Amino acid sequence: MRRITFAVVSTIAAIVLLFSYRTSRVPVETTAATAGGAQAGVVTGQQQAKPPAGASPDPTASAPPQGGQQASKDVTVNGNAVQTEQGPVQVQVKISGGKIVDVTAIQRPSGDQRHDEISAFSIPKLRAQALAAQSAQIDGVSGATATSGGYKQSLQSALDAANFR
Amino acid sequence: MTARAATRQAWVEQIMGMPISIHLRGAADEPARAAAVEAVYDELREVDRVFSTYREDSDIRALDRGEVTVPHCDPSVREVLDLCERARVLTDGYFDIWLPGPDGAVHLDPSGLVKGWAAERAGRRLAELAEDDHYLNAGGDIALRCAGPDAPPWRIGVEHPDRAGALLGVLPLSGGGIATSGTAHRGAHIVDPVAGRAVTDVRAVTVVGPSLLWADVYATAACARGVDGFEWLAAQDAYESLVMLTDGSTRMTPGMRELLQPAP
Repeated sequence: MRRITFAVVSTIAAIVLLFSYRTSRVPVETTAATAGGAQAGVVTGQQQAKPPAGASPDPTASAPPQGGQQASKDVTVNGNAVQTEQGPVQVQVKISGGKIVDVTAIQRPSGDQRHDEISAFSIPKLRAQALAAQSAQIDGVSGATATSGGYKQSLQSALDAANFR
Repeated sequence: MTARAATRQAWVEQIMGMPISIHLRGAADEPARAAAVEAVYDELREVDRVFSTYREDSDIRALDRGEVTVPHCDPSVREVLDLCERARVLTDGYFDIWLPGPDGAVHLDPSGLVKGWAAERAGRRLAELAEDDHYLNAGGDIALRCAGPDAPPWRIGVEHPDRAGALLGVLPLSGGGIATSGTAHRGAHIVDPVAGRAVTDVRAVTVVGPSLLWADVYATAACARGVDGFEWLAAQDAYESLVMLTDGSTRMTPGMRELLQPAP
């Protein structure tokens, strides 16, 4: 079961991998960054953050299902810090009344113009799409690979996994 | 909330450079689901090991470098290459696995078919959970099934290629597959193998039909055809399509027009 991934926390890690562009033949690093950034998991709210004891923020690690019956509480969830071609990326999702109300990046590629451009483009887009997918009451989105479709479908998975709908 | 919705679960893993999510709903028990999902992800990781063009140790890279021949590769390589050849013929050469790489040389790259093939095969495995509806999304290409006649269809949004958060519409689907190809956001990344240049006329092509593999191949080939792609798609039996051109205009087959609901 270690590799089977249930929860919001792990799902969000998948979203940020979309920072890596597939036009390159360079292998995309999908290992989690262990240095820097915030601890993955639920950071505030009624639900107890219980990452597996001693767990590193490994996107493939099993995590306890979040949400469910307690989805009506206000919860802030950190995604895993993920190493991409552009650098480590970590997002945070705020859930209130069973709905995603905000998506922000707490760690993102920066330091040169290209990274700043990608971040400036991707993060508002990620947020807009999370909110739109939620309001459209859809199960998933079909889109071109490695474009925004991935953001939305990953976020939708997060909603589904947490029974937010 | 119905009993069906109460027994819904989702999983996501990053394989083949994209998030692959599996959604199940219905009456199958959790251990059976967990076993099926784990088997599917294991199989997809194996597909990546054999077919990845990013991993120098994959069968496909070894084949491209001329170090091995097909009989020495994993048996799935033969199956996929045969399908690729069929795809090339069916699309008049607009679907091609010999593509120019960043080095300018032509390389073997069947990934345009492997994704749909692998996702469809994974869907067949999930269908063994006879009491469950499933939906598997591999980076925007989706294989799905509803187990019974009373099961509500899955609602699949079609991404707007230009507007963040906007959908071109929603498709209620109960079986088969849906695939989207396009040049959205990252500049042209589909090459017309016949003319040997990047596609610029088409923004996005979405195809729905009984097989995800062929929906995906048709979408890719139609993109490569450019403005003529829609007419060609419309002639494909059992597949419905939606094309958005770079000028923002859309074209739909009659079946697609009937199926597509406005996004809420």
